[in-house]
Amino acid sequence: MASLDEAVGETPRLELRGVTKRFPGVLANDNVNLIVRPGEIHALLGENGAGKSTLVKMIYGILAPDSGDILWDGAPVRIANPRAARRLGIGMVFQHFSLFEALTVLENIALGLDAKIPQKKLEAEILRVLDLYGLKLDPKRIVTTLSVGERQRIEIVRALLLNPKLLIMDEPTSVLTPQEVGQLFETLRKLKAQGCSILYISHKLHEIVALCETATILRGGKFVAECNPREETSKSMAELMIGSNLKEIARGAGRTFGPIKFEAMRLSLPKRGDFGVALKDISFSVRAGEILGVAGVAGNGQNELMEALSGEVAAPDDSIVLEAKPIGHLGPTARRARGLCAVPEERNGHAAVADFTLALNGALTARRRMGFVSGGLINMGRAKGYASRVIGAYSVKALGHQSTAGSLSGGNLQKFIMGREIMQEPAAIAVSQPTWGVDAGASAAIRQALVDLAGRGCAILVISQDLDELLELCDSLVVMNLGSLSRVMKVGEATIEEIGLLMGGVHGDPEATVEMTEALQHAH
Amino acid sequence: MRIRLEKRRENSRLMLALTPIFAVALTMIVGAIIFQALGYEGPRAVAEIFFTPVLASYKWPDVAAKAAPLILIALGLTLGNQAKVWNIGAEGQYLLGALGGAGVALVTKDMHGIWIVPLMIAAGMAAGAAWAAPVAWLKNRYGVNEILSSLMLVYVAQQVLNYLVTGPWKDPNGQNFPQTAPFTPDQRLPADLFGLPFPPGLYIAFALALVFWLVMARTEFGLGVRIVGEAPKAARYAGYRASDAVWSTLLISGAMAGLAGVLEATTQSGQLNLGFPSGYGFTAIIVSFLGRLHPIGIALAGVVLAISYVGGQVAQTTVHVPSATAGIFQAMMLFFILASDVLVRRRLRIEWGGAKAAAARA
Repeated sequence: MASLDEAVGETPRLELRGVTKRFPGVLANDNVNLIVRPGEIHALLGENGAGKSTLVKMIYGILAPDSGDILWDGAPVRIANPRAARRLGIGMVFQHFSLFEALTVLENIALGLDAKIPQKKLEAEILRVLDLYGLKLDPKRIVTTLSVGERQRIEIVRALLLNPKLLIMDEPTSVLTPQEVGQLFETLRKLKAQGCSILYISHKLHEIVALCETATILRGGKFVAECNPREETSKSMAELMIGSNLKEIARGAGRTFGPIKFEAMRLSLPKRGDFGVALKDISFSVRAGEILGVAGVAGNGQNELMEALSGEVAAPDDSIVLEAKPIGHLGPTARRARGLCAVPEERNGHAAVADFTLALNGALTARRRMGFVSGGLINMGRAKGYASRVIGAYSVKALGHQSTAGSLSGGNLQKFIMGREIMQEPAAIAVSQPTWGVDAGASAAIRQALVDLAGRGCAILVISQDLDELLELCDSLVVMNLGSLSRVMKVGEATIEEIGLLMGGVHGDPEATVEMTEALQHAH
Repeated sequence: MRIRLEKRRENSRLMLALTPIFAVALTMIVGAIIFQALGYEGPRAVAEIFFTPVLASYKWPDVAAKAAPLILIALGLTLGNQAKVWNIGAEGQYLLGALGGAGVALVTKDMHGIWIVPLMIAAGMAAGAAWAAPVAWLKNRYGVNEILSSLMLVYVAQQVLNYLVTGPWKDPNGQNFPQTAPFTPDQRLPADLFGLPFPPGLYIAFALALVFWLVMARTEFGLGVRIVGEAPKAARYAGYRASDAVWSTLLISGAMAGLAGVLEATTQSGQLNLGFPSGYGFTAIIVSFLGRLHPIGIALAGVVLAISYVGGQVAQTTVHVPSATAGIFQAMMLFFILASDVLVRRRLRIEWGGAKAAAARA
């Protein structure tokens, strides 16, 4: 049909019209439009939680839209499952790879294909694709021995073997080194030259400027704008992504703060593991009643900072100070006894144990501070009572203290975890992603609880990638980039532009940023 | 029709309690079929293995004597299994426990007093724990897999036993047999107590089952062990160090195996010889899982496995099955209990006309 159209070249490869997807409590995609033309690299831009992943899952047939139309080469289609998407010519490279570590590259690719192809033929085909796109990968290597960049190439090759007309890349650079980013960009440009469209999901502005000619921007599940990144500045795109009206959110002025309660002083820690981030010279101070926000894109050292503050990883003694006493050498239990509580980002398996009852999950952190333990014995009556009080005070939807943490929805478990820490009345608390994946009502309750806690004189540090949340909650703000913190900005004085640029790493720690920028320029 | 396994919101406690019974029942059914197919009287073999030891009261002392070490060792192993620290070397720690006791016996052979047996027991527990200590150290220091190191130490322990009973500890009056001197009456425990045909080890095992229950369910230590096993990151966050759990669970399970070994030596054999190794340390792994990692379940499972040992011997003489029969039945029990675990986390759903529904969904 499309070939009979007058403007053949103008028929979009993929078009979404008014696509809407609702989850319980959240409108993930609200009437979203998207047009991807043949042979274009199209950026899908938005903050965490803006609805990017939901949208591409519908394109790849993992989710079905509640309403709206998907058009492929101009014809409306229903994409029932990923296999149907692949049959249409849609390939996808996920952020997290699904590879068998003990098998070879060739075996992994063979397992991921819908059709059975003889090994010899498949190997020849793989070598052809590798050669065509200038990708370096040995089909005989065992996956365990490969770097993350090489593993990603397996997924790319797997997608390219199907000769896709549209390749979806979900935050492909989040795990890559700058050099690997350069190589990836070269491959993507070659693909584009051969007429393949690419939908490139990211929130890294500099990458999008370097790579994409069109960008669709989502915010809060809604379509905001389609623009040409080369005609925009990082500043203006950050504004579209974050929303310029946010400046209107005001913090209650005239709040007074007490003395400094919680400090980090020149905290540095070496990186752990291949993808850890080293903490560099981190200093901050939080006064009684103050909420300090740490903004930044995921993977810039936020988890490492959190572990150093909670005591899970030991730090130099005087680099972390609570109420004028050094506590860097103390473990989590001793820090809690002194009044420092913490909530890590991950709910299941870190902040809570899925198979344990809420009573035992309460005892996880509150057992000493709330006096459940005497002589090594846990008073289960008290543990149950405390869990019940948290459930009541934070309206956690659970049958009772005997429910397991794993049976609660994400939002309810988060309310329980936040309540468990807040009701210990800490002197200071460090919280990571307090409302990640939590519906609006629960988010509001959690934020209110934090503000109230600050009102009672607690010093609070909130790490979040949700800038709206930080601007709403915090009195002051720092941005974390590549393991260091920016200067402290007062909320209200900081401009969105400045924050957005700091998050993208355009400014901030110079050395590492230069490295990244250079790698990108080489990729041109 | 479609049969589907659906994930449960909460693990089923009912299934947790019922699956060991399924496992034993399935073992009996499949075992009967296999042995029938092999040309034996299958159903009769199963009856001899599982029912004769229960129905014939003269077999009870034998069952009790085997249940005691199985329960003691399994209790210790369970603590490790809760923390996902897999001690496969209890057999070696059991041997060392017996050797510890025998060492004390050698030194005290001309002495008298009721303190001697307690000293032997203490030495046995210490020796068992010491045999597990390198496993913990290697795991914490170098990340050595405890399954391998603990298992390999079993073979070292057997060589230590061989060396001692054929060399320095050999009974000078033993006509050159590879065995230690018999323990003196002051070094022995009676094989029955209070006029009942049960050895003291069984009472100790049941009492310790209650202690372990309390420790696992109600102490800060027990909570820590369980969190380390369930969610290592949460354990760190809750202030528990995984390395502490490795040390404590291995030392305790080593001491428990050592206790079983020294009690076996003082109560049953009364000396050590090359035939002392019994395989209790390995069978106790089955007891731990069949007992659902719960001390009370372990007490029951220990009795069931002891029955299968005794019954296996009965069936050898009456139905003429091979000596490996008891082992085959024990292995089947472990296999079925692990396989039936799926029912704890999932429920079976049978959808009639499911094909149509599935097509409608797609």
